[in-house]
Amino acid sequence: MNSDKERLLHEIGVIDFVVVEMTEYLDTHPTDKEAMEYLNHYVRMKNQAMREYAMKYGPLRISDADGCRQNEWKWATQPWPWEGGC
Amino acid sequence: MWSYEKRLQYPVNIKEPNAQIAQVIMSQYGGPDGELGASMRYISQRYTMPYNEVAAILTDIGTEELAHLEMVSTIVHQLTRNLSMEEIENSGFANYYVDHTVGIWPMAAGGIPFNSCEFQSKGDAITDLFEDMAAEQKARSTYDNILRLVHDSDICEPIRFLRAREIVHFQRFGEALRIVQDKLDSKNFYAFNPEFDRCKS
Repeated sequence: MNSDKERLLHEIGVIDFVVVEMTEYLDTHPTDKEAMEYLNHYVRMKNQAMREYAMKYGPLRISDADGCRQNEWKWATQPWPWEGGC
Repeated sequence: MWSYEKRLQYPVNIKEPNAQIAQVIMSQYGGPDGELGASMRYISQRYTMPYNEVAAILTDIGTEELAHLEMVSTIVHQLTRNLSMEEIENSGFANYYVDHTVGIWPMAAGGIPFNSCEFQSKGDAITDLFEDMAAEQKARSTYDNILRLVHDSDICEPIRFLRAREIVHFQRFGEALRIVQDKLDSKNFYAFNPEFDRCKS
């Protein structure tokens, strides 16, 4: 796996961790405005990073599949997470 | 409905197969305090939960547990791929191998298959949330036990991540319990079951 792909995937993992953590926090603190802004910021960052990854290496979710100039269905042909490197 | 992201929540890259350790870690897939039971517990409990915030945390933690299930399965898969017949015979893996080859199948470390008796959906908000808090602690204990048995850092790092998530989820379920109790009769939390009785709240 090349290092840019690895870096981008790591970045998505870090950003999404914040999204997961803030989502669960907000479920039990639904009026925390500061937390909502924080979450929204990271959701935007995640979408951007997911689009960039999809364009370069194939989609990680179907909603980004249209961002790939592809003549093959990379969703199916790219390696699966349990094969390592994801 | 759900959508899938084709990546792990936390990376798993194990280089050395080890069938003995795989059997131990498998318990966190299909064992009594494993991630499959965790996900099914929360996702099952949410339908009759009358408080939206609590249904939300059950949904979101239940969803995160699916990602944990995938991580644990990946660890087991990477520990059992490329095993030689000799390794299978010498590591006590033959009993698993004969039924499943190296396919992933949910069971406890002791060989008991996964079944839904490993969790409850009681239809009572207080009962279910206490169960959920206990479940997070039981899973945390299991990860602590795994960490005493495993010394390969490729395995320990994702296990430590999963262990830490148990503690965060315990905290969130504690907050959910407080939300429920705030809406009940403070003189008698058991005066009625908000998931069944026509509520006075």
